[in-house]
Amino acid sequence: MALLLFDFARFMIFPIMNEKSLGIKTREVIGQAFYRSVPVMAGYIVLGIGFGILLRNAGFGVIWAFAMSALIYAGSMQYVGIGLLTGGASVVTTIITTIMVNARHLFYSISMIDKYKGAGKFKPYMIFALTDETYSLLCEDRGPSAETLNLYRFFVSLFNQCYWVTGSVLGSLLGSILPFSTEGIEFSMTALFIASFTEQWISSKEHVPALTGLASTVLCLLVFGPQKFLIPSMLLITFVLSIIRKREVAKA
Amino acid sequence: MTAAILIAAMALTTMALRFLPFLIFGKNTPEYISYLGRVLPQAIIALLVVYCLREVSFLSSPFGIPELVAGAFVVGMQVWKRNAVLSILLGTAVYMLLIRL
Repeated sequence: MALLLFDFARFMIFPIMNEKSLGIKTREVIGQAFYRSVPVMAGYIVLGIGFGILLRNAGFGVIWAFAMSALIYAGSMQYVGIGLLTGGASVVTTIITTIMVNARHLFYSISMIDKYKGAGKFKPYMIFALTDETYSLLCEDRGPSAETLNLYRFFVSLFNQCYWVTGSVLGSLLGSILPFSTEGIEFSMTALFIASFTEQWISSKEHVPALTGLASTVLCLLVFGPQKFLIPSMLLITFVLSIIRKREVAKA
Repeated sequence: MTAAILIAAMALTTMALRFLPFLIFGKNTPEYISYLGRVLPQAIIALLVVYCLREVSFLSSPFGIPELVAGAFVVGMQVWKRNAVLSILLGTAVYMLLIRL
């Protein structure tokens, strides 16, 4: 296990550090990225532990936990994936389920196309690591300065994945012998999104998109129920926002 | 072996979803996609808030009170201090306290 983490560090982190020879500015940016990622730490480690425990109980040990968190890196999909692994699902079922659960990532990527332009060598990893939480940290964040923005985004993305992988591995190794009750700590994810929502609301004059998102999602939750409302909500949001744009274009 | 194949399928499908928009629209972004890119973040964050609260029952005890109080606390802290780390950590502490009362 330690070897795997070591390899991860050697191939993912050290090349970048060597290249920039860790100038003071780079160090500062990494520090700011770390600070920005702190709210995700608690949530990812706890949710990761939960995943590691469930996967272990399903008969897949630490290597599997590490592999899934390193390669798939999509929280809810990994929870669903445990069921697919134990239920003897086919490859086709697995692919279709993954598309259903992760379709929202299409929307995250669409809204980052312009922002990630010019991210160069950081771009592939930043796209790979665009989870719900990383998205909510980075979608409106301009970082410490324009020239270090992509370095900053890269490290926020990387720190978040480190927490997730660490949590999964810990859960798999420690099992359910944790000495303290962490019940309720999962609220940190909710709090993260509420804080992002509030910050965007304060810093933007345009509230129509936020209200559209809120109203569409609540409506779809009531109509489709808590298991199936995510994709209808996304489609409704896109539909409503498209109509609003058409009207504005027609006015202008 | 089957497990490895299924994990590879999950990993590749997830990657495809994340990379496709960049591959299709990355070079030459249509104005409509750029527009969606500008307005979607606010709408999606709203969606994620609702998504996190989807299992909360407002009709039976404790009527979602811990979520509402802690959520309002996060909003208040954010408006007051504009410090997301602080709002999230304190908000979570408030929630963990409320569900133990």
